Amino acid sequence: MSDKQAPTLVASRTALPPEGAALARGGPSRRTPAQPVRRVTAGTTEAPWVRYTLIAVALLFVFLFLVLPLAAVFTEALRKGFGAYLAALQEPDAWSAIKLTLIAAAVAVPLNLVFGVAAAWAIAKYEFRGKSFLTTLVDLPFSVSPVVAGLIYVLLFGAQGWFGPWLQAHDIKIIFAVPGIVLATVFVTFPFIARELIPLMQAQGNDEEQAAIVLGATGWQTFWHVTLPNIKWGLIYGVILCNARAMGEFGAVSVVSGHIRGQTNTLPLHVEILYNEYQSVAAFAVASLLAILALVTLAIKSVAEWRHEADMKAAADLPPERPSFVPSPAGSGPG
Amino acid sequence: MSSLSSVASPAAVLPGSPAGGKRAARRVLPGFHLTLGYTVLYLSLIVLIPISALFFKTFTLTLDQFWVAVTSPRVLASYRLTFGASLIAALVNLVFGMLVAWVLVRYTFPGKKLVDALVDLPFALPTAVAGISLTALLAGNGWLGQYLEPMGIKLAFTPAGVVIALIFVGLPFVVRTVQPVLEDAEKELEEAATSLGATRLQIFTKVILPHIMPALLTGFAMAFARAIGEYGSVIFIAGNMPMISEITPLIIIGKLEQYDYAGATAVAVVMLVLSFILLLVINALQAWQRRNAGAPA
Repeated sequence: MSDKQAPTLVASRTALPPEGAALARGGPSRRTPAQPVRRVTAGTTEAPWVRYTLIAVALLFVFLFLVLPLAAVFTEALRKGFGAYLAALQEPDAWSAIKLTLIAAAVAVPLNLVFGVAAAWAIAKYEFRGKSFLTTLVDLPFSVSPVVAGLIYVLLFGAQGWFGPWLQAHDIKIIFAVPGIVLATVFVTFPFIARELIPLMQAQGNDEEQAAIVLGATGWQTFWHVTLPNIKWGLIYGVILCNARAMGEFGAVSVVSGHIRGQTNTLPLHVEILYNEYQSVAAFAVASLLAILALVTLAIKSVAEWRHEADMKAAADLPPERPSFVPSPAGSGPG
Repeated sequence: MSSLSSVASPAAVLPGSPAGGKRAARRVLPGFHLTLGYTVLYLSLIVLIPISALFFKTFTLTLDQFWVAVTSPRVLASYRLTFGASLIAALVNLVFGMLVAWVLVRYTFPGKKLVDALVDLPFALPTAVAGISLTALLAGNGWLGQYLEPMGIKLAFTPAGVVIALIFVGLPFVVRTVQPVLEDAEKELEEAATSLGATRLQIFTKVILPHIMPALLTGFAMAFARAIGEYGSVIFIAGNMPMISEITPLIIIGKLEQYDYAGATAVAVVMLVLSFILLLVINALQAWQRRNAGAPA
């Protein structure tokens, strides 16, 4: 997801624009009117039957692996009618699971938002030693298995962990309680926003911020009025993905939760319990809430992505050495 | 640019040096120490210190104990399943991910934007939901299972089911790494190859494939890394029979539930070291990809 921005930018910045390249080679001007044009088009695409076969195979793959599972969630949830569906959602345990999921996301997303902005500012705006190492470390939670992520907090705060005896002496519960769930959620959603912002802010460069500072703006003013409008869509994109993962995390939360019904169950954990108790309709009803969340996420994400790409393009289309009198197209941003 | 840095150089960290011109200009912006300090502090508190706890816990084991814990037959069987299934799933995603990216970039068809948006579903759909949904589809009475099982194809509650779940979670990676590179590929090269008499297949293998290779491998490595650690979607569909369909993360959970913290930690360290290695490989691949994209084609 986020990885698609960086290569796009580098490529489009360094490569000549296609028209320029064609002109430089004298391509179009030498063309004789009719025949070669057709041959060129034929050379850069496939025969119709190849095209249609490839499209069909790709769509079949997408249908089998993406559309069917999504459809199955809603079908299974409504198997016994709308009444049973609503009843499953009105259960008190389901409500407490919803509440806990919202709490975990409400803590994790803002924390990682502040971190993401700070990390992107430090990494994108300055040169310093160890920068690429730091960027790798920021990515680390992505590659750690969720189960391992949960385990490391058990080792820190569990009854036999480093701080276990001290926490017990002070009657503070972290593992098998809400704080542990929040911590595990923060860990697995850690890099989302930073990863979105770093390539974007690197692409946009420092010129606008420097101009603002030279004109007498304070650091905060520069951030609020210059940087933030430029990174708005990338920020929304990161937040929405971070939120989806925070609400949907299963493995890490499962390790630290203890599965106490009505107390330490998030929505995904509640789905698991219902499913293992063979309450299929209820399990899928709760799962359908998460599926709706996923669809809303995809919708907002698509919109943010279109705007975000426009921002990236605006930044990438700037000539490398921009004359200082040209107003920045990136700065005019989408209203 | 030059006038900027000369105005600002008194405030800059390294004024004198000529090469420091750019560097000095960068330090004009305030907040370096604040943001870097906060980044390192938060990173240490949330990620680095907790992960180091894992390694310190391992040191409480003797080497023999560690070795026994990570090489017992049941654990070895789980490595084989986790690696094998992740590898197959990542290979399937390599082929079909490239196909989906190709179709999305090169062709037009109705509903293309919808398909493009849907590709990210595995990122947005909680893994537990994917797990129970795939199980419902492939179980004996499911939409697909009812046709497959009479033909002798049993997917749910077998290692094959693990592969299916891992294909689902890894699906977006190859598509999303290859897509932008394909979009940027210069058609002029293909036109040139055509005018030199190359067939379409030759162009694909000799012009397009080398260009997208770094992105393909990056996507493959990411899908593989994600599959290795995956837990939520797999445990519902796997059946979780010891020695047959038990993945390594489940071994860790099993050991934890028996209060075998040391054993769980030992297996977790093996997985963690593997994730480090994969992360470094992915970083190297991405660096290659950037060089490849930046080089004059």
